[in-house]
Amino acid sequence: MNRVVITGMGIYSCLGKNIDEVRQALYDGKSGIILDPSRKEMGFRSGLTAKVDVPDLKQELSRSQRVYMPEQAKYAYVSTVEALKNAKISQDYLNEHEVGLLFGNDSSADPVVKAVDIMREKKDTTLCGSGTIFQSMNSTVTMNLGCIFKLKGINLTVSGACASGSHAIGLGTMFIQNGLQDMIICGGAQEVNPYSIGSFDGISAFSIREDEPQKASRPFDRDRDGLVPSGGAATVIIESYESAKRRGAPILAEILGYGFSANGDHISSPNVDGPTRSLLMSIKRAGVNIKDIGYVNAHATSTHVGDTNEAKALFNVFGEKTVEITSTKSQTGHEMWMAGASEIIYSMLMMKDSFIAPNLNFENPDEDSAKLLIPNKRIEKHFDMFLSNSFGFGGTNSSLIVKNL
Amino acid sequence: MTKEEMIAKANEVLAEEFEVELSEITPNANIKQTLQLDSLSLVDMVALIEETFGVKVKGTDIVKIQTFEALYDFLYEKLENN
Repeated sequence: MNRVVITGMGIYSCLGKNIDEVRQALYDGKSGIILDPSRKEMGFRSGLTAKVDVPDLKQELSRSQRVYMPEQAKYAYVSTVEALKNAKISQDYLNEHEVGLLFGNDSSADPVVKAVDIMREKKDTTLCGSGTIFQSMNSTVTMNLGCIFKLKGINLTVSGACASGSHAIGLGTMFIQNGLQDMIICGGAQEVNPYSIGSFDGISAFSIREDEPQKASRPFDRDRDGLVPSGGAATVIIESYESAKRRGAPILAEILGYGFSANGDHISSPNVDGPTRSLLMSIKRAGVNIKDIGYVNAHATSTHVGDTNEAKALFNVFGEKTVEITSTKSQTGHEMWMAGASEIIYSMLMMKDSFIAPNLNFENPDEDSAKLLIPNKRIEKHFDMFLSNSFGFGGTNSSLIVKNL
Repeated sequence: MTKEEMIAKANEVLAEEFEVELSEITPNANIKQTLQLDSLSLVDMVALIEETFGVKVKGTDIVKIQTFEALYDFLYEKLENN
């Protein structure tokens, strides 16, 4: 099997609009969460959200390129431009090689809502405009980026709920391991508009700690009361080790293991068995000693059941307080379809700069998180391998193990 | 609305939507070439005209309208008849 390496990263999130800004925000323990009063006017139970500005791409892209892009495709364009640049990949290279594209995305609500409003009011589908159909599909990110960057390899969207971005990287890794592609642009994207998560708010999944927005996302803390929705996009360039060497590309890290599983259980409540199997599978496939894993980026979203069951799974696999475990969602909120990709980047940045960002707001453990080593202050630590978990509705689980190079 | 006002309005909304300079829109210029329209963005032009002037442009009409002058004449006739 081919070795798979990461040669470029790009990100657009509530922590910053590029790698440098995000690295600093992680180091400083910054929160990207705000209270959006307009959500309260719309009838939201919680007005908490991440703050992400939609980029104006008028200078970068033509009208005929922009008109098909919903907000999450714009985020993904920005993160992908940065990742390609950092990986030293030119448009000429993309034109001359078969480069793939796998992105996690699991909704595109805003254009759907707007089109339905037009159809109901005007009773004329032409008035929806030409862009709406392309903006409305789950595959909107991969169809847009594929056309903009003229990509000719595998091109599809991975919809695996909140594990989408992680599965995209895992599946991309398998394509390269098996020699089917030399290079794939992988990532995850998440819309932030209120329409996309109104019904999620409706099932009381979000924190209502509205008087303290930056304390609302508190994974593993005893007093957590729900997640905070977030979004943006993250891109990693993955390629075979031989391809990276041949190009003289910056080789940042190697993806050693992709573990996956499904719970086969409740649609929203995770269990312990499914995540445990995903974790164990990633470790087995990576062929590493568990003691070599120096940091775990947990999925933990700040919900009661989710964090509890992940803590149990992590304890089952790693034992009591053997390795630092944090959830960067304490800073970002839950980036959902994007999270599995962005959290690889957050972990990469920490690994490269030898620190672990604080698990914000972890003030009091509960019975299960008390058994884990969860720093609530930034720690300076060098580590050369990490594991990142991502779990999603329907009980889909993904775990990735990455080694520093 | 006079025909001159209608032309000014049409030019303004078309230039803004399709991101061309107003000076590029001249009566004898070809619409598709000037606005760089393909089969999809042609739909946006039809929607824009409908939203701006309340005039529905049928597919059979749009194929006959090649120049801006033809568009102005078509629009003015429709507005006059309304």
